[in-house]
Amino acid sequence: MKLSGAQILIKSLIEEGVDTIFGYPGGAVLPIYDALYDSDLRHILTRHEQGAIHAADGYARATGRPGVCIATSGPGATNLVTGLANAYMDSVPLVAFTGQVVRSMLGRDAFQEADITGITQPITKHNYLVKDAADMAEIVHKAFHIATTGRPGPVLVDIPKDVSAEEVDYTKPGPISLRGYKPTVKGNIAAVNRAAKAIMQSERPVIYAGGGVINASASEELKKLAELIVAPVTTTLMGLGAFPEDHPLSLGMLGMHGTKAANYAVCDCDLLIAIGARFDDRVTGKVESFAPEAKIIHIDVDPAEIGKNVRVDFPIVGDVKVVLNQLLERLEKKLPGAWQDKVKQWKKEYPLRYDLKDGKAIKPQHVAKKIHEVTEGKAIIATEVGQNQMWAAQFYTYTRPRSFISSGGLGTMGYGFPAAIGAQVGCPNDIVFDIAGDGSIQMNIQELATAVYYELPVNVAILNNGYLGMVRQWQELFYNRRYSHTPITAPDFVKLAEAYDAEGYRAEKPEDVEPVLKQAIESSKPVLIDFIVEPEENVMPMVPPGGEIKNMLD
Amino acid sequence: MLHTLAVLVENSPGVLARVAGLFSRRGFNIESLAVGKTDDPTVSRMTIVVDCDSRTLEQVTKQLHKLIDVIKISDITQDAHVERELVLIKVHAERAHRIEVMQIVEIFRARVVDYSPKSLIIEATGSAEKLNALIDTLRPYVISELVRTGKVAIIRGSKKI
Ligand SMILES: Cc1ncc(C[n+]2csc(CCOP(=O)(O)OP(=O)(O)O)c2C)c(N)n1
Ligand SMILES: [Mg+2]
Repeated sequence: MKLSGAQILIKSLIEEGVDTIFGYPGGAVLPIYDALYDSDLRHILTRHEQGAIHAADGYARATGRPGVCIATSGPGATNLVTGLANAYMDSVPLVAFTGQVVRSMLGRDAFQEADITGITQPITKHNYLVKDAADMAEIVHKAFHIATTGRPGPVLVDIPKDVSAEEVDYTKPGPISLRGYKPTVKGNIAAVNRAAKAIMQSERPVIYAGGGVINASASEELKKLAELIVAPVTTTLMGLGAFPEDHPLSLGMLGMHGTKAANYAVCDCDLLIAIGARFDDRVTGKVESFAPEAKIIHIDVDPAEIGKNVRVDFPIVGDVKVVLNQLLERLEKKLPGAWQDKVKQWKKEYPLRYDLKDGKAIKPQHVAKKIHEVTEGKAIIATEVGQNQMWAAQFYTYTRPRSFISSGGLGTMGYGFPAAIGAQVGCPNDIVFDIAGDGSIQMNIQELATAVYYELPVNVAILNNGYLGMVRQWQELFYNRRYSHTPITAPDFVKLAEAYDAEGYRAEKPEDVEPVLKQAIESSKPVLIDFIVEPEENVMPMVPPGGEIKNMLD
Repeated sequence: MLHTLAVLVENSPGVLARVAGLFSRRGFNIESLAVGKTDDPTVSRMTIVVDCDSRTLEQVTKQLHKLIDVIKISDITQDAHVERELVLIKVHAERAHRIEVMQIVEIFRARVVDYSPKSLIIEATGSAEKLNALIDTLRPYVISELVRTGKVAIIRGSKKI
């Protein structure tokens, strides 16, 4: 059967179970878009390639299925760079396709040529340049295999225009063989046994769970483990939702803006069980005083994470879900004691709080809390980056995996809105919110047109403080209140929403928050809500950068 | 400490850039890197010498393993192995000094591979120490150009990496 490279690409995507791709056309991908015209694949045309890749990323995080995006060569491809780095840092399964100049022009600085495989080498799990249409099917299947197995991540496939146009005899490729890529699935038995013994012997265990638990769909196993050994559980930002925060054993998030209870528990525990987490500096603070008295068990699918930032006593490499099941087989029920009481006491003594007393301006924390109430905790929450992100993490109670979608490792402003669009595409029946800042939302606001065109009823709650708030907070605390270039203006968001044919509301008083949220949820259109919030509110508690996590400002 | 890694990689375009990029990006120091095809044309073999402590070495190895194109890595520093490096040295030797230069070549079991009125090219193989000693000894005779391959190494006996 003769097929063009582009037709083989589409066929292979369908074989991979892809139903939706996010993209933006251009010269070098004309043959691919031509093939797409005849296919059943759903294509979401965004308004910027960065929007397309963040949407694919949000789709992947919300559904657990790989996100797919496509862009043209040159500027289209370079517009994907931030999105690739973002997905790489947060281990999101994503396959990005880019057009490239024809093979004979490669390396000659042709019109719209960019060496995108070179550029993206450090920010992709792997990348390919397809040099022959006959290799297309095999490369596409390999790309999906690499993106979705082991530690997930983005893979880029660069396709010269004449390769997608070229017709070749299509033969179905055989099973994938990658001799240099064989992720470990099962934990080493001896290592699991040693860890199980350490758990049984510990008196003050704490579980520190990260995004790896969500990636491995291991929330059930995590809960079983915590309940069996009565270990308090703290999660990272990426791990929010991996363990229900309304569970008595939940400590909430740890780290720079975590709860005091979580940070104290980590500092005092005698055994830290790290599961699918990578000891990021935003979590550990000063490494030397992170879990200083504890033996550390580290379970991760990526061997390179073990021992990278901290010394580990019991490493176990493998798929988190599989390893947790191996562990569970070897553990016996433990009973609560003084440690669990102490942790309970910390939780009671140091809840997350904010001041509602003056009652004039809306507290941004209050908005996050009300979103939780109004949606009964059933929403998917995407966030931008900054204070809005931290308040969204702190004041919405996450109980389900894949319900919190945020740029953790890269901290990309402008991520949340397109990611919310992607999440809504993947989960059409869920209520989706982007909790946003007035600065961040202006970075990909053009995607409002996408949401309107595809009738995606995403809600954007802008916590409008008139500042690049998180930067301002650091200036206030560490630079003597010298607010250098952090006050920021914004358009009239209500009018802007209307101009896009979306809905726009504004809330200026605390009592407006709830009704306006209800109105937004009821609307079948995309909604922008401009919450005018207390301008100089700070995210607390806080570990100063490089400080010890037990010393928190508040 | 110096570690010698024998690394099998896919013989695919860009693999050298991936490996070199990883070293520079993560701040690992490469002492030398030599690469060429193996008996199997789809596989290349790199000999990489890194200068680092054992903890960094663990990271180097693990990060290299993460590259999809890297098939196998062995640290052969502790294994009994044969290691060789090749150097070509162009020396400006006037007639008056040629005898001395030739004697040095002899002592180091090197060879003269090009002979012209104003210069000689000397070829030598051996360990890095031997080549360094040769170069030092030749320095008084004006070395005009010098090129080294970087070390290649292989384990002694029937054991494979
Ligand atoms: C693309 C990008 N540029 C710059 C930054 C640095 N940065 C981190 S938080 C922040 C302020 C964000 O302001 P806003 O969106 O209004 O959120 P707020 O902190 O006020 O809630 C900035 C500029 C970033 N994270 N990402
Ligand atoms: Mg702001």
